[in-house]
Amino acid sequence: MNADLIVQRENSQVLEFKIAKATKAQLQEINSELALGFSAEELSIIQAYFIKEKRNPTDIELQTISQSWSEHCCHKTFKGKIQLNGKEISSLFKTYLAKATKEINAPWCFSVFEDNAGIVKFDKGYGIAAKVETHNHPSAVEPFGGAATGVGGVIRDILGVWADPIACTDVLGFGPLDYDYNKLPNGVKHPKYIYRGVTAGISAYGNNMGIPTVNGAIYFDDSYTGNVVVYCGCIGLLPLNKYVRSGKVGDYVVLSGGKTGRDGIHGVTFASAELTEKSEEISRPAVQIADPIEEEKVKRAVVGIRDAGLGSGITDIGGGGLSSAVGETAERFGSGVAVDLEKVHLKHEGLSPWEIYLSESQERMLMTIPPENLEQVMAIFEKEDVHAVAIGRLIPERRLRLSYKGELVSDIDMAFLFSTCEITKTATLEQAKLIEPDFPEPQNLTQTLLDLLAAPNIASKEAVIRTYDHEVKGNTLLKPLQGDYAGPNDAAVLKPVDVSNKGLVISCGMNPNYGKIDAYWMAASAIDEAIRNNLAVGGRRIAILDNFTWGNPEKSERLGSLVRACEACYDVATNFRTPFISGKDSLYNESPLGPVTPTLLITAIGIIPDINKTVSVDLKAAGNLIYIVGDTYSELGGSEYYKLKGFLGASVPKLNASKARKSYYNLTKAMGEGIVKSCHDLSEGGLAVAAAEMAFASGLGLELDLQKVPAKNVSRDDFMLFSESNSRFLIEVAPEDQKLFEELMGKYSKPIGKVTKEQKLIIKGLSGKAVIDASIDKLRYSWKKTLNPKEDIQ
Amino acid sequence: MNTEDIKVCVLRVGGTNCDAETQRAFTELGAKAEVIQVSDMIKKRNLLDYNVLVFPGGFSYGDYVRSGVIFARHLSANLGKEIRQFVDEGRPLLGICNGFQILVEYGLLPGFSGISEFPEATLTTNEPAGFKCKWVYLKQENRGKCAFTSAIPAGKTIQLPIAHGEGRLLFPKEKEQALLKKIIDQDMLVFRYCTKDGETAEGKYPDNPNGSFHDIAGICNPEGNIFGLMPHPERAMYWWQQPTWTRENQMLKYGDGKLIFQSIINKLTKTNH
Repeated sequence: MNADLIVQRENSQVLEFKIAKATKAQLQEINSELALGFSAEELSIIQAYFIKEKRNPTDIELQTISQSWSEHCCHKTFKGKIQLNGKEISSLFKTYLAKATKEINAPWCFSVFEDNAGIVKFDKGYGIAAKVETHNHPSAVEPFGGAATGVGGVIRDILGVWADPIACTDVLGFGPLDYDYNKLPNGVKHPKYIYRGVTAGISAYGNNMGIPTVNGAIYFDDSYTGNVVVYCGCIGLLPLNKYVRSGKVGDYVVLSGGKTGRDGIHGVTFASAELTEKSEEISRPAVQIADPIEEEKVKRAVVGIRDAGLGSGITDIGGGGLSSAVGETAERFGSGVAVDLEKVHLKHEGLSPWEIYLSESQERMLMTIPPENLEQVMAIFEKEDVHAVAIGRLIPERRLRLSYKGELVSDIDMAFLFSTCEITKTATLEQAKLIEPDFPEPQNLTQTLLDLLAAPNIASKEAVIRTYDHEVKGNTLLKPLQGDYAGPNDAAVLKPVDVSNKGLVISCGMNPNYGKIDAYWMAASAIDEAIRNNLAVGGRRIAILDNFTWGNPEKSERLGSLVRACEACYDVATNFRTPFISGKDSLYNESPLGPVTPTLLITAIGIIPDINKTVSVDLKAAGNLIYIVGDTYSELGGSEYYKLKGFLGASVPKLNASKARKSYYNLTKAMGEGIVKSCHDLSEGGLAVAAAEMAFASGLGLELDLQKVPAKNVSRDDFMLFSESNSRFLIEVAPEDQKLFEELMGKYSKPIGKVTKEQKLIIKGLSGKAVIDASIDKLRYSWKKTLNPKEDIQ
Repeated sequence: MNTEDIKVCVLRVGGTNCDAETQRAFTELGAKAEVIQVSDMIKKRNLLDYNVLVFPGGFSYGDYVRSGVIFARHLSANLGKEIRQFVDEGRPLLGICNGFQILVEYGLLPGFSGISEFPEATLTTNEPAGFKCKWVYLKQENRGKCAFTSAIPAGKTIQLPIAHGEGRLLFPKEKEQALLKKIIDQDMLVFRYCTKDGETAEGKYPDNPNGSFHDIAGICNPEGNIFGLMPHPERAMYWWQQPTWTRENQMLKYGDGKLIFQSIINKLTKTNH
């Protein structure tokens, strides 16, 4: 950089930059040299501010502003303006997501979109906090560390609302495990390496901290080869009367947990840029190092301080390090803050003040503590063997004042630091040019079903699930894998409060393949699937979380599909009355192999009023009746069946949400009567795969008749079997409950067969002839063989 | 002694993470159970005020060295005298999962001739390798010595979950047959991995989930007051924790894990301690 632009302060580690008279090119030079990531417009705003302040900015000030204004921290895309077809959307977040929640206005929402995590009421004075994070970029560079710190980070989000973490979730997207090595561009790691590293990282962190990982999914897609998708979720429990957010001027700002080092500097800038061949070299330091045992101790201290009512505010230290946490804490309490960076406990010497302030070293929390409680708080930290120190105080002047060794290194106006995000982006809608395939119906549909069960997106993920401890804490009432045959339950259920008989239901939904056809229906389907999975085990009163993984939003068609997905979020959530309580976006997922396929994860949190009414996936008794809920349509675009045949197609599954809502309402009533013996939602692979899973999870057989399945314009057996139409379930009911069940369901269910003692799945086709005839052992073997080691396939 | 007079100490340190559910299991049955941070125990309390000591599951100190070894060394350095007196008096000591690893690393188990200076066995990397969380079947093989299984008839099959990566019990190869004989003769064998029908696994995966020698899942010392096992009884305390409860029409109130906690309470309430 041009040395004339820099002023080295005397006897100081701080640099100043002469920006008042700098040209645009010189500003750009500072921008790229310090890796600040500002746009030209932002640079001139900063220039004007410091001209007004009549001084040069320091490096730490520029870095602080950069962190604060980065996509990762302030969500420019979701909160900024978007031009689409001459219409202006003022904020995706406010126009769609928050608006849905506001309109639904559920009385059981305790705190939404305000904190590190959303909170809903549970029972006996307890609340449930939930948050899902993305950790895609770090996992692409260093899979184990990236995923482990993703888990650690989201657990701290839960601690950041005073909640005790009780469960983790993980939804992962990888490239095909058999991807051709020769086709991998430089800098892109092989999917198998990433798969192994990411799953090991998740298991290491969750298991070591003793938080059960109870729900998740693994999805394979070509576009994830260059852009791995890692969603880490955490659910927490808190007594609602212990939730405090009342920091005031004079309170101490207390930093606790791990030491601060040079790991994880510029993580947020990294997360807001595309991945390139150089990411490994440049961004490796941006991936942090995980220490779950430290976080376990921090957790105990946080819960102890909460229960004693000693704190006035708390937040985690994540993206942006102290720079985000300190500033946001002061902003939230309407004050300013003065921090002495010399007090920060360091891993090693030689960090300059800006590095201390930006470091994303893990396992750290920030609290505000009223002066009279400081001593007791320190005693709790000491008991748990956690380092803690008061690094500053909230001050009345609305300034961010940082000092280091007696020198003032930052003094910025808080209002300036938190102004911004008024950026307009342009979106366009592109209609994908897709055609519906035309191919003859396979002769042997039993073989097709076996092939589908073995398809990576459907196949058993048991080998991975069993490396996650899903039983620790002893509250897992419905496990991810059911019984001796390890069948796939639709959701996990916890019994989180000893004195309550209510269950907590955790499920998810994600349909990235549909997004290749239409982002609107992808989003609608993901919400429907998450809700279906929740209802299938008996859940109700559902809150949802949104997590977007998208490509570069500067590219207008990527932004266009994001707008479409948000529209669906509003439409479907308001219809189902399922408020969004928290969300997170990860944009700029692009690699030398191209953009990520737009991927919306919906996580659903429901409750079961009486845990006795929990329903598992496995068939219960021969002679019971099988009903189907929902209509089947000839809409196989994006389905696993088309994928197996090498097609994408154009007829994406749609959603008739108001009809679905009525059938879900009735189903919930039947669940409440305790007459649903088993239930499974129909998703990837459709009716045939769902039926096979219910059978081989149990050791019982099924006889079904496609002629009895309510359908619209479906003339082929393969389409009936494998269509992925939304809003459908298979339900098992005992003969003695038939009348009551049919009364409760009304027109929304139809009997299509029965449970048999003979261990076979037999499905009669539209012509009356059996089109599927397979032993359940063979079906189960096919389902297990793809991703599990030989010795685990029984 | 009455049940409500039984004082249980569930000892924890950074990385312990099964303390709350272990405490809950004892509390459920009427005993007084406390979770105590080891530094609190060292500085402020007396181990000998307690009737039962439990090392719960977790990853003590991260288990960054051999599992359990750091905590075992920390305990012997700081509470060695109290622990020796505790077990010499015949007071019961239970180690679950990481707790079992600690007992072995400490030399408390197998403890052929009291506390050994060096470990006499090891709990090492599973075969096949890797952390595994699943429910297993166990056969109760103890003839009456073990204080923690008196409520479980010998030969009975129970079901408990495991969640560990290092649970393969091994003895020095050249001594293993002789030591096994000792273990059987002195009634130190407690649980063996078995099939659903109660046939011992005979080393076969997956019924033997970790390759443990002689399918051993849990052993006690010759005196029967120290018991370690890899599976987690505290996760099998209630009906709703069972893996197939949704298949049952009628559920008993408790799961098989309760029998272990009940055994020790029965034992203590029948003695004058």
